[in-house]
Amino acid sequence: MRSLQRIDIRKLITTIIMLIVGLIFLLPFVWMLVTSFKFENDVFNFPIEWLPVRWNMVENYREVWMGQYPFLLYYLNSMKVAVLTTVVSVIISSMAGFAFGKLQYAGKNFLFVLILMLYMIPTQAILVPQFLIFKSLDLYDSHLGMILLNSFSVFGTFMLRQFFIGIHPEFIESAKMDGAGYFKIFLRIALPLVRPAIATYAILRFIWTWNDYQTPLIFIRDKALYTIQIGMRQFADGEGQFYALTMAGAVSAIIPLLIVFLVAQKQVIEGISVGGVKG
Amino acid sequence: MAGYMFMGPMLIGVIILVLIPVLATIVLGFTDWNFVAGFEQAKFIGLDNFTKLLDDDIFLTSMKNNFLLLFVVPIGMAIALLLAIIINSHVYLKDTMKVIYFMPYISSVVAVAVVFQVLFHPTFGPINQFLMSIGIDNPPKWLSDINFALPSVMFIMIWVQIGFKLIIYMAALQNIPRDLYEAASIDGANGWHKFKKITLPMLSSTSFFLLIIGIIGTFKVFDLIAVLTAGGPSNSTSVAVYYLYDTAFVNLKSGYASAIAMVLLLFVFIITLIQWVAQKKWVNE
Repeated sequence: MRSLQRIDIRKLITTIIMLIVGLIFLLPFVWMLVTSFKFENDVFNFPIEWLPVRWNMVENYREVWMGQYPFLLYYLNSMKVAVLTTVVSVIISSMAGFAFGKLQYAGKNFLFVLILMLYMIPTQAILVPQFLIFKSLDLYDSHLGMILLNSFSVFGTFMLRQFFIGIHPEFIESAKMDGAGYFKIFLRIALPLVRPAIATYAILRFIWTWNDYQTPLIFIRDKALYTIQIGMRQFADGEGQFYALTMAGAVSAIIPLLIVFLVAQKQVIEGISVGGVKG
Repeated sequence: MAGYMFMGPMLIGVIILVLIPVLATIVLGFTDWNFVAGFEQAKFIGLDNFTKLLDDDIFLTSMKNNFLLLFVVPIGMAIALLLAIIINSHVYLKDTMKVIYFMPYISSVVAVAVVFQVLFHPTFGPINQFLMSIGIDNPPKWLSDINFALPSVMFIMIWVQIGFKLIIYMAALQNIPRDLYEAASIDGANGWHKFKKITLPMLSSTSFFLLIIGIIGTFKVFDLIAVLTAGGPSNSTSVAVYYLYDTAFVNLKSGYASAIAMVLLLFVFIITLIQWVAQKKWVNE
């Protein structure tokens, strides 16, 4: 058995080297975190104080969360938009993925190629018409509009299609023989079988929506509707830069993602591997 | 029938939010128009926007920068592949390593951008303080230096993307049958030979996938540029999508912006075509 082998010294040394490289790789995050604990005047002290000499952690975070800007409101807005986008997008993408993966109908291949091509388009290229359409539909400057913009995901559709294809046809045939309609087959048989893939996609969609800067930048004007990515910039754009506060805001913005990712890292990494390698 | 019912919501969304806007962009590209003014004010001006683009220095710089950004793709892939090979077979704690390198990918672009703004700060940023402390008197001004701003942006892009590429390469490496390497060892092949004759060819379809995704991705870089440099200094980090945004939403020249969008769509279309042709030709499944 391989796993019972003694510890390999060369492998151990490589591991240590790679951990050091990894730590250097993550230094920007370490710096962000440490700076968020410092007094503004100490931010640029050199040599870098990797452990703050004077701590101002509580004050910084209190200022971010309860100070001049309604950070908590931005947070709740982000949470609302990210959760609802994820839910709507999972429903739409899993239905479309099921249709592409398991159903036969005229024009399927054409639709597939069409949607694949639309996926290649940089979203910025169609911002002007999208903006006009949203204005005329009264979706501009609303969370509903933001949610709709990110809900029709081609990526999600393709990813879930890969997994639906993998379902053995017999499962579906035998359900049909028992007289089940397509919706019942979808809900009762297909969806439960691809649950891990749906979880992966949901996590990715949540992360991407949470991090989305472009959509609120263009489609939101009312400050009460700001999400965290836009809100965070106010520390940098207002009167002068407040670096310690900006970093405290940045840390606050990353923490929910970090939690989601650490809890579900296996799902995320496996989902990306499968989706990516199968193409 | 059932097929269309399941496709329905997706199709309606894609038609309204993507297909119609693409067609509208193509029409608007031939007009002189400011969208605040209302449709009546739109003036059809034929190819004027496109001839103007050819003389527009900012546009040409932006396109040039887009091409320079392409270097990010192979460099990032090479680093990711190297790390993937090391992590895949030469270390313990594989899962921890994956999580470490994936961190930047899941982090907020805005947060990453503000951190690097400070790290790269020309006078009191930690990077330059360090460089000055080891005796480099005039370190580059990084993001505020015309010559160093784009490379700095590229560095950050590579850093953010490494984890994604790494994970995909690791999955692909695990799919290569072990006995290929064993047979090669028996034939006396060394590590470099095995890499060249087995690993690289077996990874060709994965590499191709990463290359295409990466190239398309470089045309979509907006958030990072918008927060980090806003295209500056003096447009040295402007890219097509950023200039498009600036033209459409800051300078309110909708017709001209749509012409930029058309050029962008054309490039993406060409890349997609090349992908289809190349995939048939080179990639062995």
